[in-house]
Amino acid sequence: MNNDLEDLKQAMRAATPDPDPSSKAAHLALAQKNFVSFQGSRNDRRPISNRPKRGIWMGAFAMLNSLTSRAALTATTAVVAAGFVVVNWLEVAPPKSDLGGLPVPEGIAPAEAGFSNRIAPSQLEQGAESAEIDDTAVTERLRSSVGSKAEGRVSGFFGAAPADAPHASIAAPPTLSQRVAEPAVLPHDVDREVFANEDPGGLQVTSETPVSTFSMDVDTASYAIVRNSLMNGHLPNPDAVRVEEMINYFPYDYPAPDGAAFQPTVSVGPTPWNPDTRLVHIGIQGALPDIEDRAPLNLVFLIDTSGSMNEPNKLPLLKQSFRLMLGQLRPSDQVSIVTYAGSAGQILAPTNALDRAAILAALDQLDAGGSTAGHAGLRQAYATAAAMAKEGEVSRVILATDGDFNVGISDPDALKKYVADKRDSGTYLSVLGFGRGNLNDATMQALAQNGNGQAAYIDTLAEAQKVLVDQLTGALFPIANDVKIQVEFNPSQIAEYRLIGYETRVLRREDFNNDAVDAGDIGAGHSVTALYEVTPVGSPAQLTTSLRYGAVASGDGGEEWGFLALRYKPPGTATSQLIETPITADLAPLPDAGFATAIAGFGQLLRGSTYVTEWSFEDAIALAVETKGDDPFGYRAEAVQLMRLAASLTED
Amino acid sequence: MNSSDTDLALAAADGDAAAFSVLLSRCYDGLFRLAFRLTGSQHEAEDLTQDICASLPAKLAAFRGDAQFTTWLYRIAVNAAHDRRRRTTSLMKAAAGWGEWEQNRQAANAENAAQVNWLMTAMTGLPEDLRDTLALVLDDMTHRQAAAVLGVSEGTISWRISEAKKHLRCLRSTEDQT
Repeated sequence: MNNDLEDLKQAMRAATPDPDPSSKAAHLALAQKNFVSFQGSRNDRRPISNRPKRGIWMGAFAMLNSLTSRAALTATTAVVAAGFVVVNWLEVAPPKSDLGGLPVPEGIAPAEAGFSNRIAPSQLEQGAESAEIDDTAVTERLRSSVGSKAEGRVSGFFGAAPADAPHASIAAPPTLSQRVAEPAVLPHDVDREVFANEDPGGLQVTSETPVSTFSMDVDTASYAIVRNSLMNGHLPNPDAVRVEEMINYFPYDYPAPDGAAFQPTVSVGPTPWNPDTRLVHIGIQGALPDIEDRAPLNLVFLIDTSGSMNEPNKLPLLKQSFRLMLGQLRPSDQVSIVTYAGSAGQILAPTNALDRAAILAALDQLDAGGSTAGHAGLRQAYATAAAMAKEGEVSRVILATDGDFNVGISDPDALKKYVADKRDSGTYLSVLGFGRGNLNDATMQALAQNGNGQAAYIDTLAEAQKVLVDQLTGALFPIANDVKIQVEFNPSQIAEYRLIGYETRVLRREDFNNDAVDAGDIGAGHSVTALYEVTPVGSPAQLTTSLRYGAVASGDGGEEWGFLALRYKPPGTATSQLIETPITADLAPLPDAGFATAIAGFGQLLRGSTYVTEWSFEDAIALAVETKGDDPFGYRAEAVQLMRLAASLTED
Repeated sequence: MNSSDTDLALAAADGDAAAFSVLLSRCYDGLFRLAFRLTGSQHEAEDLTQDICASLPAKLAAFRGDAQFTTWLYRIAVNAAHDRRRRTTSLMKAAAGWGEWEQNRQAANAENAAQVNWLMTAMTGLPEDLRDTLALVLDDMTHRQAAAVLGVSEGTISWRISEAKKHLRCLRSTEDQT
């Protein structure tokens, strides 16, 4: 399996049938017939060489060519065929084919050579030179007669400079190339972007499914894609909106962990878009280990240099982004660069991060172009990473692409499995998306999830700054692997609940305790947020009617709304640890809950959620402005700007 | 040593029936393969080949030997395929939303797709110019040769191939999601 094109080639080769012998014979006969009648039924070349070059015949053909081909074909075929019928009856006695006397031209099985029965072998044999229709014989004859032909053209087709250039220039009918240039029938602007999403998280009735399980994740690609769409003046594809990624784009001021790897905090607050429901807010803050003591990094940049990367917001932005990132690296870190497509292979051997000149020079050399795949791009990147790995170091492959995942394994499942295997052997994978139009968000997300890495979409240098500089430590150093959350709601208190976002990360209930099931990771200093909209029992907002004969809720849970369980694995361990905490109605709201709620509402509006009806972008703007708080990097101000854009775009 | 196709074609253009016969029997299989790649069905390919064979003697008069004969022949084939498609399309245009219909049909096809089905779905899902380009390149033709046939630059061919790859990838992942 090399790539799709190679597959297609193989499939095509297998599927292409051999020509059917009988139709082949018929076609060849037809052609010969037409040829004969077109030439005025001469079997040999005309005795004169001054045939009209651009006279009556050519004029007639130019006219026919300018008709539709159907008309032309019909007309010429009809004329020629009619002519042939006469000619054939009068001049060419149709004798039975005598194959015995006819050497078979190359490429034709004897049984297929019936075409020649229309040319009357007896006549051919009596011809002055063409006694047999045979490659060698014809060749000989041509060669002997070539000398008497017009010298200019002969020298032309034997490769020397053509003496009669004007002839050459009129050789191809002009209509041919024009027709090639005519517009295609099928629509050309097929949207090639692929987004991963599931149906918006549906409402769950607590008495039926009291347990909700999902995987934590820190991807932010969706927010950047949404931003890019809005900045370009159109609303994003609803499938491109993953609400949890929009929420998790922002850092929140959650209580920092005290000694542990991270600290989950739960709060309960009002739902802005529905006064009769409540929002359960789960905030998790990862510890920020002492950056000074961090382990040395081995980074392999796997860079897509296919022709489609040759746009200002792709390869050039990528170079600038990595330049920014270099400033964050330490002398003990190592960098290597592997490219795929076009210029293949490793273009920078593992180099000490101190040698900025060499790294920058290699980056500058990157050149988008070519469509030939460097098949082993991903393999080579992992091999390089493996060679660089030493005890106590962190190895990571960073794949930068515009969606051209032509990395040598074309089957997406095989690709995921490959990445997952490598993850288990200690090398992680992060994916950075660039540019629009070709973005395979689904594959990006799948790869990053399987590679225990982050999928980020970089559309501006500011985003590169955020992902590769401000939050680099978090992106590169996981502090907890396979973070899973399970919430059990108490049916005597909560009638219905709904997880906002995380549609693509839902786990089965039994997966929670199964340490073999992969889940998301949290990096150093990351904060992660999950929101549930819950409807307390007796609330007028309850959408479902209680069952008349339904089982009575056990009611043993007392006043608790639910119970939060969280599993995670410290990096490098295979056994998960469990954190548990009850959810009660009187939990104080988190300091930053308001802004996360505003973003959650914004995302749901963009997705066209049916649960947010009495609320508009204006309300989201008001809430976001009110709760913006301390915004050192300006991320939140930008979000408000996006909400305004979305509001204006929906007005018309 | 046999004479080159171009020599034969020039002789045929001058009225040599034997040369024409040898020439066409040499090129027939390649022509048929290309026709199949362009049309995607044996039946269509046979019709197309027949059209070309029928009109070739008349067209041959315009052959001057400044391009390789196969290049010239394949150009004729591509154009003939276009014309056939256009005829088919004008029949189908009566149904509104043809593109949508085609996509739905492809989606339905993709579900019970054997490899050959996938192939056909893939090919018919491509825009016409990409399909023509693929039909040529999949026949082990170099980008340069394909460019000569289609009358475009080599760079255009390379670009089209990468476009076609994207389409195929897109199609694959759509299939994988369903």
